[in-house]
Amino acid sequence: MTDAPGKGVPANHLSRDMNGSVPGSPAQPLLSAKGLSKTFGIVEVLRDIDLAVHAGEVHAIIGENGAGKSTLMKILAGNHQPTRGEMSIDGQPVSFSGPVDAEHHGIVLVHQEILLAPDLTVAQNIFLGREIRRGLTLDDKAMNEGAAKAIRDLGADIDPNTIVSRLSIAQRQLVQIARVLLVPHRIVIFDEPTASLTPHETDALIKVIRDIRARGVGVLYISHRLPEVKEIADRVTVLRDGRLVTSQAASELQPADMARLMVGRDVAKLYPDRHAEAARETALEVEGMNVPGYASDAAFTLRKGEILGFAGLVGAGRTELMEGVVGLRPGRGTIRLNGQPVRFAEVHASLKAGIAYLSEDRKGKGLLLSKDLRVNLTLASLGKFIRGFQIDAKREREALDEAIREFDIRTGTKEILAGQLSGGNQQKLLIAKMMLLDPQVVIIDEPTRGIDIGNKEQIYKFIAGLAEEGRSIIVVSSEMPELIGICDRILVMRSGRIVGEVTGEDMNENTIVALATGVTTGAAA
Amino acid sequence: MSAVTGQTPAKTPKTSRDWDLAAVAPFIALALLLVLGYFANPNFVSVANLLNVITRSAFVAIIALGATYVISSGGLDLSVGSMVAFVASLMILFLNSGAIADPVLLLACAMLLALVLGAACGLANGLITTVGKIEPFIATLGTMGIFRGLTTWLSQGGAITLKDRELQALYRPVYFGNLLGVPIPIVAIFVTAAIAAFVLYRTRYGRHLLATGSNEDVARYSGIKVNRVRTIAYVVQGLCVAVAVLIYVPRLGSTSATTGILWELQAITAVVVGGTALRGGVGRIWGTVCGAFILEIVGNIMLLSNFVSEYLIGAIQGAIIIIAMLVQRSLMRR
Repeated sequence: MTDAPGKGVPANHLSRDMNGSVPGSPAQPLLSAKGLSKTFGIVEVLRDIDLAVHAGEVHAIIGENGAGKSTLMKILAGNHQPTRGEMSIDGQPVSFSGPVDAEHHGIVLVHQEILLAPDLTVAQNIFLGREIRRGLTLDDKAMNEGAAKAIRDLGADIDPNTIVSRLSIAQRQLVQIARVLLVPHRIVIFDEPTASLTPHETDALIKVIRDIRARGVGVLYISHRLPEVKEIADRVTVLRDGRLVTSQAASELQPADMARLMVGRDVAKLYPDRHAEAARETALEVEGMNVPGYASDAAFTLRKGEILGFAGLVGAGRTELMEGVVGLRPGRGTIRLNGQPVRFAEVHASLKAGIAYLSEDRKGKGLLLSKDLRVNLTLASLGKFIRGFQIDAKREREALDEAIREFDIRTGTKEILAGQLSGGNQQKLLIAKMMLLDPQVVIIDEPTRGIDIGNKEQIYKFIAGLAEEGRSIIVVSSEMPELIGICDRILVMRSGRIVGEVTGEDMNENTIVALATGVTTGAAA
Repeated sequence: MSAVTGQTPAKTPKTSRDWDLAAVAPFIALALLLVLGYFANPNFVSVANLLNVITRSAFVAIIALGATYVISSGGLDLSVGSMVAFVASLMILFLNSGAIADPVLLLACAMLLALVLGAACGLANGLITTVGKIEPFIATLGTMGIFRGLTTWLSQGGAITLKDRELQALYRPVYFGNLLGVPIPIVAIFVTAAIAAFVLYRTRYGRHLLATGSNEDVARYSGIKVNRVRTIAYVVQGLCVAVAVLIYVPRLGSTSATTGILWELQAITAVVVGGTALRGGVGRIWGTVCGAFILEIVGNIMLLSNFVSEYLIGAIQGAIIIIAMLVQRSLMRR
């Protein structure tokens, strides 16, 4: 591989060369920006941002959704031109005509979304667009070797011949990172890389980032997860409403400080107080539930007014178990709702029976992004808006007004499309949509994925409020602090089985991780 | 749905405005075409000629209304042209059989039979794509062959002609007659379109259809019976084909193996020209009607003027669908 010519040269070799040519002075930042501003139309989304990224440093950018993080990253990666302000590399002024130009300057971006061709192999994806050729034909051997090495460098073990669609999300992300790192780089930008990873996988990724840093590369790291930022970042820059709030050494900030700076007020209490005790009666009882390929022999009960958490690693079968219960997937088992045996062949049956499932995939399965808020809100409960043969648009609009009030959906105009809402407001809209069905059992899958802290706090409050109204809630989440914060009880799944239950004092990350990974030795015991 | 209610002041989001532009584009094109037609041949804009042209567009327009349903549900039906031939042939054979003595009753039964057959053909398409889980393109390509083949077999390669003079005379007004001076086929277009628009825009089924076409997963997770919604769209398509047959048979009183050839192309073109997105989720009923008019008017202008050979009609229609897609794409990008 090392002697592969031209474009196939492994990135780290080249980047080391590039780093070698940088004057060793730590004072000179690799990349610096001064007074960056960006205006879209009349909206100013970024104002006077100064930023410096040094070699061998992880620089975290944090801020709520809409704070301007993505816009800033897009400017640095060449996707946008700044309206005002300048950037320089090694003290030399630069401006990028596009992402490719930015790459030529050694700035690469790891996108939040997985951008891989699912039907191609790992190696084919890693070398997509820069295939190694021998004469007119592809040099698969060289590419497989190059891919294998790129993945080994990340401390992972994935066969480069695997078709990408067979990989887990975490593995795909590693492939994506490997692909990006193949470009000669001096600065790597990670855009919320851990949003869909479990704690275990996040740890692995943090190790990868540390390795990249150790090579003298500058890392820009965007995340919502503050403990993780605390763990990995050397420097933290906080953005709020398009302005820079502060930029300080990470050692000076605690996660609580970061949250306060991001939101602009105290968020000491992220999780709401729970007043009502869960009642004794059982709302939902599941026994011997099998979802072929995903979950086997699962049994659990959910009491009235209870918030029950489901923890586990990605791929543990939590989502699939829930989808099996509500009839979104073929599954077999005994389900009793309020003591009555029920069977849901299709999801409309479970919705009718009063069980609502809110998918983890808001954009793909929750909302019609290209339709307006009203259509989305009433989609699951249109029957309630029918007069004669017709849909009563006036009643729909009233319902939307009410939902916007009740769930604090923030939008300038009601006529916008669901896809134009921020993630947090989309989640609120989705909750409002399902609540129109007045379900007695609500299953929320990853309720706060990709949602900023201010909206998170609200969503936790809604969830607690629903339980207080006597509804029974199941929360499936990969974020353990959130499960611990809002649940009465947590069930842990591993490889398709429910392997344990934690309550009361036992509700801590160590216990849950031990159950979720099956590693019972060490501190977790 | 694109209509933004007056209560929101100036700050309408950019997207709604684009929707409106996409919605009126076909009507602007139609108006331009009328002007062009006038310059090509002043006789073109005479009421008689226009009524004539629109009357002839009736078959494609009505079929295209059904296609709007199928396409906005995220499907596609390539079998409509041969379905016309198949349903019309069976209808004529039934009329020729003289199974019922009373001609009026016989005709009424034959019309009902056509509707039932159309619905059944649509149901078959729907079930193959939903229950059989076969791509609509392939499923309806298959039924297209089946319907065409059955027609050829029924006609033994020749024509199937309505023989009874009395029946012919009785049925003739359905194509050639007037209602308050408006030719019946034109009345049929607008009545069918009005019903289609009401169902698509104002009823629960219509909303479910658009949601399914927009994102099947979201629809399913919202408790919508996606397969049923889709199947019904194909049945609606079949019914529209049957309505087209009802006014087609009295026109010529005859079918053959070549009846309705390339009508699926014309119907899909009308739908796309009308602004309905091929990827589903957006349906424009009146746009479709407009698209069907545009197709027929282009053909008529070519006939009335001398600068393009009328033998190129197929090529021009093919070009129109591509141009319409390009225009749609550029409107979406804004």
